[in-house]
Amino acid sequence: MNVISINRNRCKRCGICIEFCPVKLFDTEIDGTPIPQRIEKCTGCKLCELRCPDIAIKVEVIKDERQ
Amino acid sequence: MPKMKMEDYLIEKKLPFFWCAGCGDGIVLSSILKSFANLGYDRKNTVVVTGIGCWGKADDYINTHTFHGTHGRALAFATGIKLANPKLNVIVLMGDGDGATIGGNHLIHAARRNVDITAILVNNFNYGMTGGQYSGTTPEESYTITSRYGHIEPSFDLCNLVEAAGAPYVARGSVYHVVQLQKFIEEGLQKKGFSFIEVISTCPTHFGRLNGMKKAPDIMRWIKDNSVSIAAAEKLSPEELEKKFVLGKFADRDIPDYSTKYQAIIDKCTAKAAKGGVTIER
Ligand SMILES: Cc1ncc(C[n+]2csc(CCOP(=O)(O)OP(=O)(O)O)c2C)c(N)n1
Ligand code: SF4
Ligand code: SF4
Ligand code: SF4
Repeated sequence: MNVISINRNRCKRCGICIEFCPVKLFDTEIDGTPIPQRIEKCTGCKLCELRCPDIAIKVEVIKDERQ
Repeated sequence: MPKMKMEDYLIEKKLPFFWCAGCGDGIVLSSILKSFANLGYDRKNTVVVTGIGCWGKADDYINTHTFHGTHGRALAFATGIKLANPKLNVIVLMGDGDGATIGGNHLIHAARRNVDITAILVNNFNYGMTGGQYSGTTPEESYTITSRYGHIEPSFDLCNLVEAAGAPYVARGSVYHVVQLQKFIEEGLQKKGFSFIEVISTCPTHFGRLNGMKKAPDIMRWIKDNSVSIAAAEKLSPEELEKKFVLGKFADRDIPDYSTKYQAIIDKCTAKAAKGGVTIER
């Protein structure tokens, strides 16, 4: 499974990653911070990382060795 | 050479960025720094020149040489830097107010001269830093702090303008279409001669707020829904094309650049001098 990490000191809760993740895997905390959920759905497209205006999100794509 | 990472060009200790939540500036900056890394740019051989504005603050975070110029004049400073040392990679960052309104004259002349620099203009449709006044790219009928009843001026098509002025590389991307944007930036950086990349971007604080798109995802969706490729645009009527963003590459041609031509003059004169002096040809 891929590893999605949010840097809470940098994230400004703009909502771009949440809104445009193609598989909609983020939930939101009450203050708008994205929480990665349903991580097994992550395609590793990295669009969230590329579109984050604050370099606050990193996606580490982990290849499944069994495949 | 060791493989470079985006972080090698970023002054990480200055983060979080000073930009508002959802401002497109940070997206463009990431794309540029990733492009530097992919091309293995030498930090000591690279100068980023900016004007003034929210986007003009980008140099605060960049770990190459930087030059923070005056409003609208970044291209003039960059031209001087490139002429003084043509071996440098010179990149210019401008807003639409900066590069296309107060500095519009420099833009067309830098393109006409074909100075070998890469200009990246972030078009957020208004003067962000000073509170959201209209600029030369504000769409007609949209609202800004200085056009409260709807803007009555038509806007510039900057890619058209710069292409007509003679630039060898001209492209328009957006902060939504990030993969394409990075491709344009890398191509522009590699192109010899004046490369111009316009980036359609977000200013949620002013332009977004006044045009019913308060949140960053709203403006991102507006950009997404109104963007068309050059091929698709060719099939649309002028009415259908109104208020659309045509994304793609408008010019990619090889034209001798200013520094190369200037060097040829220097070589010619040096050869003459070696033979006993330069005479002015009449
Ligand atoms: C000669 C001069 N005129 C006006 C200003 C005031 N000023 C500072 S930033 C700015 C607008 C910048 O807008 P833009 O280039 O679109 O960049 P943004 O802030 O939207 O990124 C203006 C008018 C100035 N600094 N210098
Ligand atoms: S990498 Fe793609 S699929 Fe995974 S969280 Fe980011 S946007 Fe969603
Ligand atoms: S795009 Fe970046 S800044 Fe915006 S909510 Fe997501 S992680 Fe936070
Ligand atoms: S005012 Fe607009 S351009 Fe300036 S930082 Fe805020 S969102 Fe970005």
